Amino acid sequence: MSSATLGARTGRGRTGSAAPAPTVTGALRTRDTRIGWAFVAPFLVVFVMFLLWPLLHGLWLSFTGQSITGAGGEFIGFANYAEALSDPIMWRSMLNTVWFTVLSTIPLVLVGLVMALLVFQGLPGQWLWRLSFFMPFLLASTVAAQFWIWMYNPQLGLVNAMLGVVGIEGQAWLQDPQWAMIAVVVETLWWTVGFNFLLYLTALQNIPEQQYEASALDGAGRWRQLWAITLPQLGPTTVLIVLLQVLASLKVFDQIYIMTQGGPGGTTRPVVQYIFESGFTGYRFGYASAIAYVFFAVIVIIAVAQLRFTTRRDHA
Amino acid sequence: MTTTVAPQPNAAYRPGPRRTGRLSAAANLRVGERFASPGRIVAIVALVVMAVGWLLPFLWAVVTSFKSEATAAATPVTLLPPDGFTTDAYTSVLREGNVPLWTWNSLVTAVAITALTLAVSALAAYALARVDFTGRKWLFWVIVASIIVPPPVLIVPLFYEMLALNLVDTYWAIILPQVVNPAMVFILKKFFEQVPIELEDAARMDGAGRLRVFWNIVLPLSRPILAAVGIFVFIAAWNNFLWPFIITSDASLMTLPVGLQTVKSAYGLQYAQTMAAAVLAALPLIIVFLFFQRQIIRGFSTTGFGGQ
Repeated sequence: MSSATLGARTGRGRTGSAAPAPTVTGALRTRDTRIGWAFVAPFLVVFVMFLLWPLLHGLWLSFTGQSITGAGGEFIGFANYAEALSDPIMWRSMLNTVWFTVLSTIPLVLVGLVMALLVFQGLPGQWLWRLSFFMPFLLASTVAAQFWIWMYNPQLGLVNAMLGVVGIEGQAWLQDPQWAMIAVVVETLWWTVGFNFLLYLTALQNIPEQQYEASALDGAGRWRQLWAITLPQLGPTTVLIVLLQVLASLKVFDQIYIMTQGGPGGTTRPVVQYIFESGFTGYRFGYASAIAYVFFAVIVIIAVAQLRFTTRRDHA
Repeated sequence: MTTTVAPQPNAAYRPGPRRTGRLSAAANLRVGERFASPGRIVAIVALVVMAVGWLLPFLWAVVTSFKSEATAAATPVTLLPPDGFTTDAYTSVLREGNVPLWTWNSLVTAVAITALTLAVSALAAYALARVDFTGRKWLFWVIVASIIVPPPVLIVPLFYEMLALNLVDTYWAIILPQVVNPAMVFILKKFFEQVPIELEDAARMDGAGRLRVFWNIVLPLSRPILAAVGIFVFIAAWNNFLWPFIITSDASLMTLPVGLQTVKSAYGLQYAQTMAAAVLAALPLIIVFLFFQRQIIRGFSTTGFGGQ
């Protein structure tokens, strides 16, 4: 068996046919069906109980006036949705979420790319560069947010202390409605850019070296190679990173809730926080579910639009 | 997985077009790399500045955690405390707070989530990849489609469900919803499809059942992907905030990220202790990362696109 296993290790990568053999009999197929569902069953149990059922139940709740006490469970039609669409706080938090997504996605992709290009030059101390850029991604949202609450402290924080050295007057970053969102975006950049950095670094390592050798023979310099080989080769990776980043940014909650509680004056409150507050401080499960479904619809629309856009471009 | 450096010429030595042919081997070009071109110096400086910038918040937290409360709260801000470093903040946090308990809770729940996720996902992914059962296609489609569901959409009905199941403030309430990870099923299925089917066929000819083939042949061949998925799931579970925050109110059941959020106000203006608690919470994963950097990075780059 062990020699067969070794052979398989080298043979990996060949695609085994998953299609049924043409001689398969009805009896075999029934047996396979029983075995297949038995294998899938454990996953299916948790999948139905903790994803499918709550997803459908949430949809039902959104058409009721359900509260946490159990009262108000009767069907009220689209009343929650009508209320949500005329609720200024809902709109504000939706806009905040979109604004955060725009503000964060651009630097998160660009800085990740620059980091990967710089590290890929192969300077000594690779582990140290990777550690510096990727380590924050391993921190819990609470820990990263605590670090930055302290960095942003108006009197005692390092940000204002350093600005003071170069003669710029500091701000109360997290308390100022003009700066709070920017401050949150900077924290998010620091905390999560390591992930995009890593994906870009992997993509860079997968560019065939021969392309650089060939272009070097043709006399292309470093700068020219960057524009003619590296960046075009990173195109598909960038499309995927942007897609994942937009979807991740739209779900923002942790760091904002911890750093500003959505303030000052609701200027940073994201829509997930409004779902949370409607459900768990307002105890309006029905209304919270309606906002959750509006949010879900936005996510699906944006994901589908992005996929459509990118696949069409690939075929063109 | 070592970083390959593409040999590139610079101003100091550039092979003439086509004339040199094979002569300009990579070795020659690497020699050329030692000469510093202006562009390269700019790149090095940029890299160092960015790395220092990225380490700064962490270092600042560490420095603060080794200050006395009085120095930490003193203006003007000093990098090095005039009264010397002290471990007082750590002693108080470890003696008075719940940090050790919360670390334990995080460990228990994250290990359980990882083990259960791997078990149920691998079984399902294997069947979806290899067993030709009725309903396989649409089941796979449903699982892939569910990847798009954002966890925040589920918090209200899930909480309702946990109330009904009488599981609020238990480990199970933290664990069970996090075991459902359709993206990992997708990644594992893609991998299992590439295991050479000839091996499985041979074993089945010898009379081995599906479960035996899965356990004795497929799983041993899949160690790298299982490790990658395991690492990804473990880190996500260790750091998860929203769901454990909603479902636990009993301080003795809180995970580390949730506990830290609740004591933020309890510590009040004790900055050194706040930072000591945060540093302690960050430490386990950073230590693990230092030891398993290669595996973790490989794990993230294989699961990254499927897993987000």
